[in-house]
Amino acid sequence: MSSRRSRSRQSGGSRITDDQINDLVSKLQQLLPEIRDRRSDKVSAAKVLQETCNYIRSLHREVDDLSERLSELLSTTDTAQAAIIRSLLMQ
Amino acid sequence: MDKTSKGIQTLSTHCSYKTKFAFRFLRSLMKLKKQHQPISSSSSSSMELIHKRSQRIKMLAYSSIAHAAGPRRAWSRAILFKLQSRARHHYFTRKRSSLDSKTKQKKILKNKRVMRNHNIIRAGSTSRVTRETKQMKKLREIVPGGKEMDICSLFDETAHYVKCLSMQVQVMQAIADRFSK
Repeated sequence: MSSRRSRSRQSGGSRITDDQINDLVSKLQQLLPEIRDRRSDKVSAAKVLQETCNYIRSLHREVDDLSERLSELLSTTDTAQAAIIRSLLMQ
Repeated sequence: MDKTSKGIQTLSTHCSYKTKFAFRFLRSLMKLKKQHQPISSSSSSSMELIHKRSQRIKMLAYSSIAHAAGPRRAWSRAILFKLQSRARHHYFTRKRSSLDSKTKQKKILKNKRVMRNHNIIRAGSTSRVTRETKQMKKLREIVPGGKEMDICSLFDETAHYVKCLSMQVQVMQAIADRFSK
């Protein structure tokens, strides 16, 4: 019963072609630093998705570390530098 | 000083994602610095202060990147919605008005009723991605707003999200280096 419903929805809406998905996966592949450097075209979609998840998680971690670092620096940086940056931003 | 002023001139003419983000993020950082003047002397309280401020800075960074990306992207809309509802919830819990938070929770639960069937591809197709794999589920959890997308938009949004995230890290790194000199 549910398969019939899904099939009718499939024909009504946009059909997802294999080529479309392959294009999107290869586009993702180009963005990942590890796979892009390895230069192999035979990376499976599952691996690309796995690497994407890992890459996004590592980027989140880097943002956390950088915010900590910026918070520390914000308390120690001298007011003259901050004033310069603020004046440049106001222009 | 000349180099930086020339840099600022190019900022105003080429408004790419990067410059939009850098501009917005720097401005909010400076506002934050103005608000909290360093006064504490004991190390423990200042560590807590630093950690609390780093959480604030992280939220500012994500807000800046979502604003720079614009409302045309589903992931940026999801981030902005999350930040706004968090701010609203914070405001309402402070006001101790339980009625509003309850109605807001009902609204959020209604939006979560996802169309789970729009990922099913025609049976018998021989593509390598035919069903909702484990990795796709993980991706949906990580990418903001990923739970309600179909496969094509999920991949598309993920690609854009990765691009903007790496740019965010790049800019934050440059700012931190600049400050630490």
